[in-house]
Amino acid sequence: MKARIFVTLKGGVLDPQGKAIHHALEGLGFGGVNDVRAGKLIELDLADCTSDEEIDAMCRKLLANTVIENYRIEKA
Amino acid sequence: MKSAVIVFPGSNCDRDLAVAFEAATGAKPAMIWHRDTELPDDLDLIGVPGGFSYGDYLRSGAMAARSPVMQAVAKAAERGAYVLGICNGFQVLTESGLLPGALLRNAGGHFVCRDVALTVENAQSAFTSRYDAGEAIRFPVAHHDGNYFADADMLDRLEGEGRVALRYTESVNGSARNIAGILNEAGNVLGMMPHPERVIEAAHGATDGRRLFEGLVEGLLARA
Repeated sequence: MKARIFVTLKGGVLDPQGKAIHHALEGLGFGGVNDVRAGKLIELDLADCTSDEEIDAMCRKLLANTVIENYRIEKA
Repeated sequence: MKSAVIVFPGSNCDRDLAVAFEAATGAKPAMIWHRDTELPDDLDLIGVPGGFSYGDYLRSGAMAARSPVMQAVAKAAERGAYVLGICNGFQVLTESGLLPGALLRNAGGHFVCRDVALTVENAQSAFTSRYDAGEAIRFPVAHHDGNYFADADMLDRLEGEGRVALRYTESVNGSARNIAGILNEAGNVLGMMPHPERVIEAAHGATDGRRLFEGLVEGLLARA
């Protein structure tokens, strides 16, 4: 079983990386980009018996820092 | 007086911190590898040094915070040992939950490496007792992720409880309320981005950091 974990900064948390990407896009002549937020994608290859609770615990205990980040789990 | 410095793969200020501990305590600190699950008994002082533990993978300090030795550090902090986290050590302490908040990428996106002016906000703590309240001091900083973040309630609480130990006099990295160093609730854990261990001898060009270590030792002697 595979799971993809999307980790994104919470709204209101400054994202200098996203800002730098935004500037670079503008530098390449792409207009109309209102904002850029950068996040992380973590792909897990899991034993089939892994429970949803366990995956959630992995996110809370390590993969995301819930002080500043949100996470979303997508199972494939 | 027994002290220790935790060493993670990628720590690079561990030996500087050991020199500062030895100068202040008169004894060499134990150097503790991150895989160790136990610390020497009755440690009075534990240093979590600067560097780039685990290559800053995932988030700065994230992997180090989950290493076996940090559980032992948390236990020692619980029983009242002093814990000083500097730079990456501050990041490790927030990631491990020993201190609130988080350290984000610097607001300007740049690595900041220079001397900065600081104000001692709380001169009552074990770490700052040898400074005067409101005293202006200078420590070097060298970090990419020093932008302190906590929600407004937590920031108000830190301010109200006198837990903001050190503040930048100007914006250095985008830190909320220019916070440079904070204390835990009990006052025995301090995390700070600037490097006091780099300014303890005349040969360093300044000695503002020396009193931090001397004050700690004084406090420990008084407590013993």
